[in-house]
Amino acid sequence: MANGERPTFLERVQAIDRRIIFLFVALAVSLPLVFHVIFPEKISPIVSSMFDRIESLPEGSRVLISFDYSPSTVPEVQPMVDAVVRHCAARKQKLYLMALWATGQNITDETIHRVIEKEFPEYRYGEDYLNLGYKSGNQGLINVILTDMKKMYTTDVHGTAIDSIPMMAQIRNLRNFDIIFTFGGGFPGTKEWVLFAGDPGKIPVASGVTAVQAPLLYPYYPSQLLGLMGGIKGAAEYEYELIRRYPRFANVAHPGIDMMGPQAVAHLVIMLFIVIGNIAYFAGRRREAKRQGTP
Amino acid sequence: MERRPIWYLVGLIAVILAFAVSTTLRGFYITLGSFLTLSILSFLYKDNIFYKAAEHLFVGVSAGYWMVMGFWSVLIPNLIGKLHPPLVRPFVPAIADQPPSYWYFIPAVLGLMLLWRLSPKWPWISRWALAFIVGTTAGLNFIRYMASDLLGQINSTMVPLVVIEGGALDTLTSMSNIVIFLGVFCGLIYFFFSKEHKGAFGVGSRIGIWILMVTFGAGFGYTVMARISLLVGRFQFLLGDWLGILS
Repeated sequence: MANGERPTFLERVQAIDRRIIFLFVALAVSLPLVFHVIFPEKISPIVSSMFDRIESLPEGSRVLISFDYSPSTVPEVQPMVDAVVRHCAARKQKLYLMALWATGQNITDETIHRVIEKEFPEYRYGEDYLNLGYKSGNQGLINVILTDMKKMYTTDVHGTAIDSIPMMAQIRNLRNFDIIFTFGGGFPGTKEWVLFAGDPGKIPVASGVTAVQAPLLYPYYPSQLLGLMGGIKGAAEYEYELIRRYPRFANVAHPGIDMMGPQAVAHLVIMLFIVIGNIAYFAGRRREAKRQGTP
Repeated sequence: MERRPIWYLVGLIAVILAFAVSTTLRGFYITLGSFLTLSILSFLYKDNIFYKAAEHLFVGVSAGYWMVMGFWSVLIPNLIGKLHPPLVRPFVPAIADQPPSYWYFIPAVLGLMLLWRLSPKWPWISRWALAFIVGTTAGLNFIRYMASDLLGQINSTMVPLVVIEGGALDTLTSMSNIVIFLGVFCGLIYFFFSKEHKGAFGVGSRIGIWILMVTFGAGFGYTVMARISLLVGRFQFLLGDWLGILS
C-alpha cells in the first residue's frame, strides 16, 4: 500500500466490501433452510420456569395472553405465542387474548384461526377462549384493568357485550387471572406489564420477547418475572420441551426449532468474519509498526 | 453513474418476469409481498427507487392501519359509545342501550384541543391537552418506576452471598449471587466520578468496565440474533411461500 506496495491478503480482507459479507450471511441462512438443518435444544431454567407453571396449573385456569407486537417481529415472537397457546389448550386452560398494540389484534385473529380453530376444534369461543381485541392507553390501560376490567372492555372484539360472555362472569380485574403472558418487543410490553400489573397486583407475569429486548428484561427474573423467552432461541427451547412432553405436537409446525439451524450457521459465519477482521487488524498494526521501525 | 438506469431496467424486467411466472403458480399477494421484500433487501446493495417506494408504502400503510384501528376499537366504543350510545348501534349494538356517561366529554374536549396543533393561528391550545398527558403519564410512571424499578431492583440485588441449602453449601447459587453483588457494586463504582479511580477503587472501577463490556457484548449478541431471525423469516417466505423450495 505505502510506497506502491501491493496489499497483502489480510489488508485486502480488512477492506472487504460489505456486500460480500451480506452474500455470505444470505448463503448461511438459505442453505440450512433448504437442507433443513436442525439442532437439538435443551430447555434453560428461565424458560422451564414458565413451562412448569403452565404444567402445574389445574384444568380451567385463567390465562391472559397479550399480543403486544407487530408483523415486523412476527418471525421471532409468533413461534413462542403458538407454542404457549398450544400448551395452554392442551392443558385445557381458559385463554383470554388481548392486545396493547393495534397490530396485535389481527395477529390474535390469525393465531386463533391457525392454532386454536385448526388444532383444538373442541375449544368453544366464549367458553374456552376469548378475543378481547385491541384497546389503546398503553400502561394507563393496564393500570385501569388492574382494578376494573369492564371499565375498558365493554365488548369483545366482535362487539358482543362483555357481560353476556360466560368466560367473563368470574372476571372483575387482572387479579382474577392465574397467569399473564405478554409477548412483544417494545413499548408497551413486558416492562409495563411487570410494573403496572405483576408487581402491584402480585400476579405472575411471564414473557416472550424479541432478542433485542431480552437483555433489558433479565434483571426482572426471577423475582418480578416468572420466566422469559428471549428471541428465537427461547421459542425453540419451549417447542422442544413441548414436543418432549406432548409427542403429538411433533407433527405440527415448529418454526422456532426450524429457525435455529440457519441462526446457528449465520452466527458462525459472523463470528468467523469478526475473528478474521481482528486478525487482519492486529497484523496490519504490527506490519505498520515494523515499517516505522518501532517495536 | 450512467449505468444506473440500465440496472433499474434489468431489475424491473426481472421482477416483472418473476411476477408473471409466479402469479400463475402462487397467489397474487404472496408475489406482491416477495416483490416488496426484495425491494427492501435491495438497499443492502445500494439505495434505489424500489427500496424507497417499498419504505414509503410500509410507513403509509402502518400509519393508516393504526388510525383505522384507533377509530373503530377506541373512538367508536369507548368515546362515542359512552357519550351517545344509540349512535353506535349499527357498529356495536351490544352497548347501544347503555346509559350515556357524560364524564367522557372531558377526554373528548382534550382530544379536540390536541388537534389545534394543526391550526396556524392557535396552536398553543394543544399545549393544555399535552400538559395533561405529560403530567398524568409522569405521575403514573413515577410511582410504579420507583416501586418496581428502583426499590424492586435493589431488593433483587440484596441476595445472600453464602447460600446454605439443606445444611450444605449451595456452591452454584452462592457463586451466582457473588457475581450479581460484585457486578452491581463494581458497575456503580465505575459511574462514581467524584473520586479518582486509583488503588482499590480503581481496581473496582476496572472490574466495572469489564462487567459493562460483557453486558454490552451480550446485548450485541442478542441483537445479531434478532436481526438474523428476521432475515430467516424473510428467507422462509421467499424460498418457501413464494418459490416453494422448502418442504
